[in-house]
Amino acid sequence: MTHLTLTARSNRGAGRFADRLFRGSSRLAASVLVALLILIAVLLYLNSRLTWQTFGLAFITGDTWDPVAGIYGAFPFIVGTVLAAGIAVIIAAPIGIFTAIYLSELAPGRLARPLTFMIELLAAIPSVVIGLWGVFILAPFLRGTVEAWIVSVFGWIPFLGGPAYGIGLFSAGIILTIMILPTIVTISREVIGAVPTSQREAMVALGATRWEVIRRAVVPFARSGIIGAVILGLGRALGETMAVTMVIGNKDAIPSTLFDQTQTIASKIATSFSEAQVGIQTSSLIALGLVLLVMTVIMNVIARLLVWRVAGPVAGE
Amino acid sequence: MASATPAVRTGRLTGTRASRRTWTDRIMRSVAALAAVACVVPLAAVLIFVTINGLAALNLDLLTRPSRAQGIGGGAEAAILGTIQMVALATLIAIPFGVLAGVYVNEFSSRRSARGVRFAADVLVGVPSILIGVFVFTFLVLPFKQYNAFAGSVALAVIMIPVIMRTTEEILKLVPGTLREASLALGIPAWRTVLSVVIRTGLPGILTGIMLAVARAAGETAPLLFTALGSRLVNVGDFSRPMDALPLFIYTNARQPYELQNQQAWGAAFLLLLFVLTVNVLVRARTAGRRAQ
Amino acid sequence: MKDPDPMPTDLHPTPESPDAARSTIDLAEATDGVRPVSPLRPSVAPAPSTEATDASDAAMSGRIETAELNVYYGAFRAIRDITLTVKPHAITAIIGPSGCGKSTFLRTLNRMHEMTPGTSVEGTVKLDDEDIYGPSVDPVALRRVVGMVFQRPNPFPTMSIYDNVAAGIRLTGRRKHAELDEVVERSLRRAALWDEVKDKLKSGGTSLSGGQQQRLCIARALAVDPEVILMDEPASALDPVATLRIEELMAELRVNYTIVIVTHNMQQASRISDHTAFFTMGPDRAGYLVEMDETVQIFTNPKQQLTEDYVSGRFG
Repeated sequence: MTHLTLTARSNRGAGRFADRLFRGSSRLAASVLVALLILIAVLLYLNSRLTWQTFGLAFITGDTWDPVAGIYGAFPFIVGTVLAAGIAVIIAAPIGIFTAIYLSELAPGRLARPLTFMIELLAAIPSVVIGLWGVFILAPFLRGTVEAWIVSVFGWIPFLGGPAYGIGLFSAGIILTIMILPTIVTISREVIGAVPTSQREAMVALGATRWEVIRRAVVPFARSGIIGAVILGLGRALGETMAVTMVIGNKDAIPSTLFDQTQTIASKIATSFSEAQVGIQTSSLIALGLVLLVMTVIMNVIARLLVWRVAGPVAGE
Repeated sequence: MASATPAVRTGRLTGTRASRRTWTDRIMRSVAALAAVACVVPLAAVLIFVTINGLAALNLDLLTRPSRAQGIGGGAEAAILGTIQMVALATLIAIPFGVLAGVYVNEFSSRRSARGVRFAADVLVGVPSILIGVFVFTFLVLPFKQYNAFAGSVALAVIMIPVIMRTTEEILKLVPGTLREASLALGIPAWRTVLSVVIRTGLPGILTGIMLAVARAAGETAPLLFTALGSRLVNVGDFSRPMDALPLFIYTNARQPYELQNQQAWGAAFLLLLFVLTVNVLVRARTAGRRAQ
Repeated sequence: MKDPDPMPTDLHPTPESPDAARSTIDLAEATDGVRPVSPLRPSVAPAPSTEATDASDAAMSGRIETAELNVYYGAFRAIRDITLTVKPHAITAIIGPSGCGKSTFLRTLNRMHEMTPGTSVEGTVKLDDEDIYGPSVDPVALRRVVGMVFQRPNPFPTMSIYDNVAAGIRLTGRRKHAELDEVVERSLRRAALWDEVKDKLKSGGTSLSGGQQQRLCIARALAVDPEVILMDEPASALDPVATLRIEELMAELRVNYTIVIVTHNMQQASRISDHTAFFTMGPDRAGYLVEMDETVQIFTNPKQQLTEDYVSGRFG
């Protein structure tokens, strides 16, 4: 029994008052938390109303962002956000899931513990530090190696052609991959660990190799939780700001190639907000934020429900 | 009949040794191990480069001097002081809300509202931190037309509250119910029970959660961009004006075209990383130690 | 004064069950005469020979011999010096108080204990004269020959009934639908489950009752065509009616398979088994074999005082 509802038992006056005060303040604190969530959505909406009134839902499909002409459209940033996050999830999901399988099922304890620890440390590194490393170390490295290789082999496909600057969509995707790996690994590990031993035993008793047990009994059982972990990673990738801002090139346009510079919603807000004039410009940036909020909250809710289904309420990410 | 055709007797129990299934098993297990290694490589790469470049840039100036007027040279004094102040204030704000909310969920709430609050906390953790910054901007900066450090602290607090709430809740869950019952049976009122008995028992774990939240807040940049804004000037104690912070310092200096600035960014990044990782390592080592007992 | 035989001597199975069961399974040809030791056993002949006189018979029959078998969890010895023989095409029951290593012993027969790190085994276990712990033996292959059914039914929840039964066969890659269909049907018939599920083969494995789920697990184990079936208290999580059905099933399976069952239910052991082994815990907390004999002997005329005490209910 993990939770006792303590009923007021003290009848002494002062005690009763202190009791009510304590209960009340704790309930207040919990309400504030819930209220915060609602308030964020409300304030973002209220402060972007000007934009919604001016453009309506065409704001989302509009592909021009021109403060001088007074035209604002979110589409290029939505595309940039989705592409960068998409690259990250496509690469991070298989690596993350295999890592989780390794840590949970295959690695000996004395190896699994330090590895798990190190992956958790990766999650703790501040985004701006990773961004700094990304700008000066990772991006030039990628330009000279991976990007050059892709262009040379696949450059005849329009989207995969050069030039490769290093700074651009691809580097942003790789940086995001690195940042969401710990999320996917940690949560997948929890759900895989929650698969009952009896399931594994059943498969082993039929004469299955270790991999077959994992593939046919463990992973199918944990499937919805693993999908939840990946979606949580996707949610994180959608909202990640600093590291992406520093390596994506900050060009307000839909990328023409994989290596082109572009902009995500988060990086647009980060770079333009302080210079923006209060009015339609600020309002539109906040409207962008509202779009991002809706995207990430939806992802989060779906993911949490999937994870809860397999492994119960799981803390942290 | 029992067995179909185990024609070759010696092959019956040795059948799969060199077969396709065994090879698949070995290959896939190696792939999984490789994936795990691939996860650790970026960590090593970041640590190595930040340390090398950071140590090279580390000198007394960086720690004790403010940025110069033209922005070239000088140090991170403003940033360091700013981070300390804003994180401290944010922690002061976040602890009562976070801990009390965790107490509420675990001690006083019904199952349904517990689930609702927990869910809200988890969703809040997933909100991009830049949007938290914009949110605080709308009611603490915009109405006053003034960037200020207080708004920065509030933004950091909003990020810390759900984290503290969740860790508090998890820790309190571990306190055995018998402890509560014994205390209540002695006539100690409920509020006193929670305060003196439950929280005190869970205190190490709660402090751990708070420290992790502090480390997280210290590393956040985006929420400060439009609240505290950052500054070249050293600001001690004036929360009604902009204030610099280590992450902001790193961001600003990284974007400058001057190598000296970039070096300062590395130095500051090293300091920040050192702080954050030290807290994390200490905390997790303590948790692991406690779990092992 | 020994207690009279505690088991019911006049148990009339309901008219439909044995006949219905018989009509849905493949019976091996009847050979010798009847050995009606327990009323639950069908009066159709069991295995042709229970002695390993004929080498080729012994080769394919699923006879298990253990010699000086010890099992350790780390440094702790859980089982001490077990030497016994499991006769083929018969039901051998292992009885004894809880904690005396019955399940541990059972799991060494198909090397399932290797799932738990830190366990080690000393001594030999031979399946038809082949040491199953030999250096060239692959546990994966062994487990196809020696199958296992667990205490709590554990069908795979993400798979349909059909896929559950086919799970083991699919491991070796047999994929032709006609072939799979045939094996699935045959296994379900042998597990006395076919009639109840034949119209809903595609529905989920967990949509059945507890007793049905256990028979599904038995069908799954049968599908890979083992010689030996190990059962770890297979009916202890089931209600009495389901238990009875499982016991009837086991009596039929005996014809084609060697069955070893661990049970804490003495009446069950005396009802269905041909041979019984009695384990108990020694002063060093390791389980050991007290006595093993034909079931009739164990329950009416045991040689050891400990055995007599146990079966007459004096402890455990």
